Parts: sequence; structure tokens; C-alpha cells
Amino acid sequence: MIRRVGGWLHRSRFVGLALIGLLLCLWEYSARYVVVAATWPPVTRVVLTWMANVTDGTLPGHLLATFWRQLLGYGIAVILGIGLGLVMGYYRFFYNLFEPLVEVLRPIPGPAYLPVLVLFVGIGNEMKVILVLIASFFPVLLNTYAGVRGVDVIQLDTARTFGLTTLQTFRELILPAASPQILTGMRISLAISLILAILGEMIASNDGLGYFTLLAQRTFKLPEMYAGLFTLALFGYLMNRVFLLGEARLVRWHRETTGRT
Amino acid sequence: MQLQTVNPPRCAPASESYLTVAGLAKHFAAHGRAAIEQVSFAVGRGDFLSIIGPSGCGKSTLLHILAGLSAPSGGTVRLQGVPVIAPRREMVYVFQQYTKSIFPWKTVLENVLLGVKYRSAAPRRDLVQRCHEQLALVGLGPYANYYPYQLSGGMQQRVAIARALVCRPDLLLMDEPFSALDAMTRAELQDLLLRLWQEFGLTILFVTHDLDEALYLAQRVLLLSASPGRVGDTLAVPLAYPRNQVRTRSDPTYLALRERLYRFMVEQAVAGRGKGS
Repeated sequence: MIRRVGGWLHRSRFVGLALIGLLLCLWEYSARYVVVAATWPPVTRVVLTWMANVTDGTLPGHLLATFWRQLLGYGIAVILGIGLGLVMGYYRFFYNLFEPLVEVLRPIPGPAYLPVLVLFVGIGNEMKVILVLIASFFPVLLNTYAGVRGVDVIQLDTARTFGLTTLQTFRELILPAASPQILTGMRISLAISLILAILGEMIASNDGLGYFTLLAQRTFKLPEMYAGLFTLALFGYLMNRVFLLGEARLVRWHRETTGRT
Repeated sequence: MQLQTVNPPRCAPASESYLTVAGLAKHFAAHGRAAIEQVSFAVGRGDFLSIIGPSGCGKSTLLHILAGLSAPSGGTVRLQGVPVIAPRREMVYVFQQYTKSIFPWKTVLENVLLGVKYRSAAPRRDLVQRCHEQLALVGLGPYANYYPYQLSGGMQQRVAIARALVCRPDLLLMDEPFSALDAMTRAELQDLLLRLWQEFGLTILFVTHDLDEALYLAQRVLLLSASPGRVGDTLAVPLAYPRNQVRTRSDPTYLALRERLYRFMVEQAVAGRGKGS
């Protein structure tokens, strides 16, 4: 009996959820009886604050502001990254032309572009969108051209023996063959895009979750501050989940072919 | 869709060769050594020619050049008198590595469709119909909507054959297509190939390192010497079609030819080692 329960615990994903529950209980307990301070409100109060801010539309509004900035910057980055990545991966000349430049620009951390951006486009939405764009661009670009360069020569010869033109080869072979790696790049960029959107909003903004969280801290509305974090955790989790679902559908053949789970 | 059962009359007279290879050579830029040298032979329309040789003698290199997939360092390939400098629509190359050559993101039907959809102006519905017929012909009728990963190796190579034939080529260039398959599957596919060869009036160049396979299939076997590959000998195989996996392989003529081939292969293997290549 004990061994059966032990075995179940060992395999089940329940333990992970149980740990989260335990940590939340610890939070509640410590805030009530150990660290009684305004900076550490009980989690039940945070949840109540969160629910109040959700129902009165405050948090959804800020979330929406963050979401569209992130999505716009990310979307443009994905289009540009895949476009340039396909060209760089397929044509040796463009690889030789751009690769050194990419290698020089890539190590610059996204936030470091901030001062420059403020000089050129100010502190409005352009700044945040471009910040997201720059940081999301490189993982997509790198993974795309690596994926294209990794297309098997036999597959390319197959396309040639059937007389496919370059454009047809891209559509029938290169894009699908590289898609698992392109999607990996897109997934990495998705996480980065949220980071940069929040950062941009913390620097200068009057809406968005970054703004909301920082303002709550500055005005000492600490349950609100934690509620902001809750929202980000939930949002980030859901976004990744949705992405993974889409990815699994798109490249099911890849998982099945390589036997990876 | 009616299948061709006889060769249509062609402009080239029967006496003239369909495919002519003259003085073909290939040197690799990396080390300057020759993979093949002074390879010359001719193939008549509707012939089945096996090309055999010790490993590393440049069999695949030769077939690649014939297909227009890579350029020779010297010599010419002419198909019906016209030099081959790029892949031509009347010929299709069938690869050994079917797991790569069949695109894993496409269903069986989509894979076969790839062989014809950019080469025919017919409406898609007709093309799909043709693909279904082709699949039925290679015994994959019920598997049109399967993905390659759901099929065995032999079935995947059948997909490759269906895809190669759906655009009605005249010439098939096959690079050890059955070498990765188990013995029974291989025998089945050999018989399937012979049936299709006769049904479609194809010309087939079949590269293999398996001398039994070379003899069983072909009307003529071209023997390449150890590297650099040259034409060592050609062997006519005067065995009647349809051939039979049991009877043909125990025919005295077959056995005598097999012995000759075997001797040649052993000599070449020894010679190849002697050259230290």
C-alpha cells in the first residue's frame, strides 16, 4: 500500500502542483504569524485584491496594453527574422554578408538599446514596440537560418530531380523542413518579448502591467504589486501553453519521426 | 488514365542509343583525386542496366552526374542526343535514403503529388486521381493518407517509386534503392520494379553493390573497377523475363554469371587495397 502510494507520487504530475500549494500556504502562514509587515501581505489578501482589480477592469486593461505592444513587436520580429533567416540560410552570399554583423549585434542585451531608442523615438509606444522587436528578432533569425542550413542535401536533390523552382523548393521543402527549429526560435522569443515589454513599461509608460506593478510599489499598494506579478505569471504560462499546443499540431510529424516526446 | 504498355515510337531510330555516356570523369576539388575516370557506355531505350562495383568506386557519383545533379569534370552525358546539364523531366532519380527523400511532413498522397503537380497543367483533381492510381499500382492504395512515419521501410520506398513514376518518366536512375531493406521486402520490391519496368516501358539504370540483385534484375550488368571507377566489363544477362526469385536464381546460366561477377568483385577489392585507396 505504501509502496503503491509512493509509486504514484513518483510518477504523478500532482507533486508539482502540491509544491505550489504548499509554498502558497507557507506564504499565508509566514505573512500572518512570522513576518507581519506591509511589504509581505498574506496571499489571500493578494488574491482578493487581484480579483477586485480583475472585475473592475483595471488589470484586464493593463494586460491588454502590454499584450498588444508585445504582440506587435514580436509579430514584426518573427516576420523579419524568418524572412531574413530563409534568405541567409539558403544563399551563401547573404549568409557571408550578414552573419558577422549578426554575431556582433546579437550579444548586446536588449535593454541596452533603451537609451538609444529614447533618443531617436522618444518614450512612447514606438520605443516599447521596437525594444520588443529587437530582442525578439535574433532568436528567430538564428534558429531560422540554422534550420535552413540543416536541410538535408538529399532532400534538396529530391526537389531538384522533380524540377522544383527556387520558390517551390522554399514552399515544399525548406520552410517545412526548418519549421521545427523556426518554432523553437519563436518560442524563445515569445518569452523574451514579454520581458522587454514589461521593462519598457517600467521605464516610461502610463499603462501596461509593467507600469501597474511598478506604480503599485511606488505608491505602497503592495497587494496590487503582487497581484501584478500574479497576472504576469498567469499570462506568461497561458501564452506558452497556447504556443506549445499550436507547435505540437504544426510539427507533429517531427516529433513522430524523430521519436522525441 | 490509361497506362502505357508498349514504348511509343520515338524520333530516335532503334539503332541509336537512348543514353550515351562518353569519357566521363569526376575529380573532387577537395583532394583532386578522381572518383570516376573515362567512363563510357550506352543504353538503349527500354533497357534495364545494373551498375555494380566495389564500395567507393564512384557508382553514386556516376549516377548523380547522369541525373544532372552534379557536373562532371570531363566527358558528356547525352539523353536522346541532347547533353544533360541539369535534371530533366524525362528522368527521375530514386534515392537510397528513402527516409529523407520522402518528405516526413507530407502524407503519402502529398508526397506522390509532389512528383507531378509542378509538371502538369491538369486540374488538381485529375492529378490526385492519378496519384491514387499510382499508389494502387505499388500496393499502397489504402495508405494514401498515412504519414511516412506510420509506414515500414519497404512501404516508404514504394512511396518513392510511386512518386518517381507518377510524372511518367522514361528513365529511372536508382541508387541502391533497396539496400536498406530486409531480404524478403527487397525481393518483393525487385519483382514490383520489374513489373513496372515492363508495364511502363521504362529505361532503368540501377546502381547496387549486391551482385545477386544486379543479375536478377538487369539485362546487362556494367562492372566498375575499384577507384577511380572505370568500366571494367559489361556482362549480358540472357535470362528470360518474367524472372522468378527461386527459379531464376538457381538457373545454371545465372549461377555461372554470378561466379564471374563474384570473381571480378574479389579481384577489384584486392586491387583497390593494393592501390592503398
